[in-house]
Amino acid sequence: MKKWLTSTALVLTLALPVAAQDYTPDPAAKAGGSITVTYKDDVATLDPAIGYDWQNWSMIKSLFDGLMDYVPGTTVLRPGLAESYEISPDGLVYTFKLRAGVKFHNGREMTAEDVKYSLGRVTDPATQSPGAGFFGSIAGFDKAGPDGLSGVEVVDPLTVKITLSRPDATFLHVMALNFASVVPKEAVDEAGADFGKKPVGTGAYKLAEWTLGQRLVFEKNADYWRPGVPFLDNVVFEVGQEPVVALLRLQNGEVDVPGDGIPPAKFQEVMGDPAQAAHVVIGGQLQTGYITLNVKTPPFDKVEVRKAVNMAINKDRIVQIINGRAVVANQPLPPSMPGYTKDYAGYAYDVEGAKKLLVDAGLADGFETDLYVMNTDPNPRIAQAIQQDLAAIGIKANIQSLAQANVIEAGGAGTAPMVWSGGMAWIADFPDPSNFYGPILGCAGAGDGGWNWSKFCDEGLDAKATEADSMADPAKAEDRLKLWSDVYMGVMEQAPWVPVFNEERYTMKSERMGGEDALYVDPVSIPVNYDYVWVKQ
Amino acid sequence: MARYFLRRIVQAVLILLGVSFITFFLLYVLPADPVRQIAGRSATAATVENIRAQLGLDQPFVVQYGRYLAGLVQGDLGRSYLQKTEVAELIASRLPATLQLMLAGIAAELVLGLGMGIAAALLRGRAADQALMMTSFVTVSAPQFVVSLLLLYVFAVKLGWFPIGGYGTWAHLVLPALTLGILGSGWYSRMMRSSMIDVLRADFIRTARAKGLTQSRVVLRHALPNAILPIIAMIGIDIGVFMGGIVVVESVFGWPGIGQLAWQAIQRVDIPIIMGVTLVSACAIVLGNLLADVLAPFVDPRIRLR
Repeated sequence: MKKWLTSTALVLTLALPVAAQDYTPDPAAKAGGSITVTYKDDVATLDPAIGYDWQNWSMIKSLFDGLMDYVPGTTVLRPGLAESYEISPDGLVYTFKLRAGVKFHNGREMTAEDVKYSLGRVTDPATQSPGAGFFGSIAGFDKAGPDGLSGVEVVDPLTVKITLSRPDATFLHVMALNFASVVPKEAVDEAGADFGKKPVGTGAYKLAEWTLGQRLVFEKNADYWRPGVPFLDNVVFEVGQEPVVALLRLQNGEVDVPGDGIPPAKFQEVMGDPAQAAHVVIGGQLQTGYITLNVKTPPFDKVEVRKAVNMAINKDRIVQIINGRAVVANQPLPPSMPGYTKDYAGYAYDVEGAKKLLVDAGLADGFETDLYVMNTDPNPRIAQAIQQDLAAIGIKANIQSLAQANVIEAGGAGTAPMVWSGGMAWIADFPDPSNFYGPILGCAGAGDGGWNWSKFCDEGLDAKATEADSMADPAKAEDRLKLWSDVYMGVMEQAPWVPVFNEERYTMKSERMGGEDALYVDPVSIPVNYDYVWVKQ
Repeated sequence: MARYFLRRIVQAVLILLGVSFITFFLLYVLPADPVRQIAGRSATAATVENIRAQLGLDQPFVVQYGRYLAGLVQGDLGRSYLQKTEVAELIASRLPATLQLMLAGIAAELVLGLGMGIAAALLRGRAADQALMMTSFVTVSAPQFVVSLLLLYVFAVKLGWFPIGGYGTWAHLVLPALTLGILGSGWYSRMMRSSMIDVLRADFIRTARAKGLTQSRVVLRHALPNAILPIIAMIGIDIGVFMGGIVVVESVFGWPGIGQLAWQAIQRVDIPIIMGVTLVSACAIVLGNLLADVLAPFVDPRIRLR
């Protein structure tokens, strides 16, 4: 967290020289070679305006660049296609100076017009981008359409000025999202709706082959603007691979990174074998698994009942169910997120205390309710543990184990009294505390169909959140994080969630893979930062 | 004959229309919103409604279904909501692998199932018969995932005879086809056994034996053609089932068949893909049954197409 704070303060300083956050790749790294990465699910699209799956997120990162980027293996911002930038004193105008001579994969040079076009495209409702909402602070967002955003202005071919309608402390993070990637208009026009299958960017790799449903091959972009990278000549993605089989193939030397990680059934075996465990890299993840309690549905409209449920859940046991691949959570933010409240103890596991709270709420005999859960392992097992814990204080929870889309629908519509978020749990889009609030705990997400499944809406906390996000002045970064901490403590006081755990990442790699461990648990490029890893032989 | 085919074609069109209506209706009433899947978790209500309108999902059921049918008659299966790719292209990319696995799987079922069934019929009541029927019971009830992984582990990982999953060569096809063969052989062997026992009791078999024909000639030339009719009907059904995708086997062996496409689409409520795959599967069932019916008179001349 400290590291992040320092870096954020640096980034927010005016007209920052690039070298300040630059990253020195492994000096032992060798260029050349190819790696094979497997995934169970097919890759839906490589269009940076559309892609929002966990497979394609890092793939898109390697094919495209945005104005901002992260230092590999960290959550520290660094300039990407922007060489430098200036922020006006009122925090409303960002002027980005672009790097000269950056070429798209089609050979054309990238200019400020491309930045304007790309931001216009991602916010145009016709694009149907799931990331459009992130750009809400840019002036003209409300009138976004085919003509682009009025707040984005081309000053000269290498300068672009972005005016915000309100100060936004997260804006540089937003500009580092895949959704802010710069794309060439002519390639988008030529491919039309198929741009996601024929991507053209400025990234470290370009797409060489895509056999639908089978494999994709990324080829090194020899003209890449960052010197010395990428190291690999090719990255081959094989899709439709069962994780158990991917692991067998890794042991046989055919796969370098099983993209879906270590399957639960094999976890003990892998970690119990020193030879295999040596190839596992463990890292944190900006993720929280939680139970939502619908505050509009009796008896969860009573804060005592919500607190009782918080105290009834044996979180250690749930962590054991997932082979200990998580740490127990006591608040919405994960521990590695800035703004996390370290000295908060949370609701302790206390069955008798929980029973007493239910008595206080006039529910001495308990009650019956429904717990919605996604039907893929280990979620139903976790739901059973929750069910047993609740039974111990007299609450009879009926498990509704459904497909993901049905759980999301029930949560959004407000018909689910309780939802276990596993399989749909919140993973941060960018490392900022604001990312855990708006859609899932704020009033904006509490409407019909929103992702705030507890339908919790506290206007006082919302006002505080807005105030925090307006504190774009780097000098107030600490105050801002304190404010966010207060917001989340305010949330916990009213207990609309039971934060259960923060998952950790376990990435497995083949013996020949090189590069520091941080690249294999990169918080932004999951599972691996393809631009910086290399192979030993 | 021409009238027969005309009637079957009209039947097929009606069946497909019915299947498309039922599937479309079920997807319409399903408590899951595809627009939410497209719009993402950070979308504003306005964005969600905008996407809904663009896709025409704000229209009444009749309008939505009418539009789908209008596209269908022009050969347009629509575009995937999430992949934004033509559904026809996505399905076409999966068809070669699906067809290969279907043909090889049925061949394996027939070789294993008929072999076991004939042997059991001939050895009726003996220990071997009981052992074979017990085996068939086990194969029918064995979970696909277990059989697939077991074969993969033994023959690919341990013995190294075949690749560990994947697609492209004949060697890749052997294990998934064998898995389907083993899993389906139980049904075929039981059906074959009972059918064969009936035929072996028939007078013409006794006559054939009385003429002094060899056991193999009696079985293969006289009994088998008469006993195989129900098997042909089963093949017709299997064509449809396999063309709808065999999700687990495809997944374990990394086989890029239509099942994996369908499974992912169902998870994400990608209606155009679900509709497309369902219609292809329904077409295959209709065609498989038609094929079985057309073949029947050739196998048993007593049957006439009407």
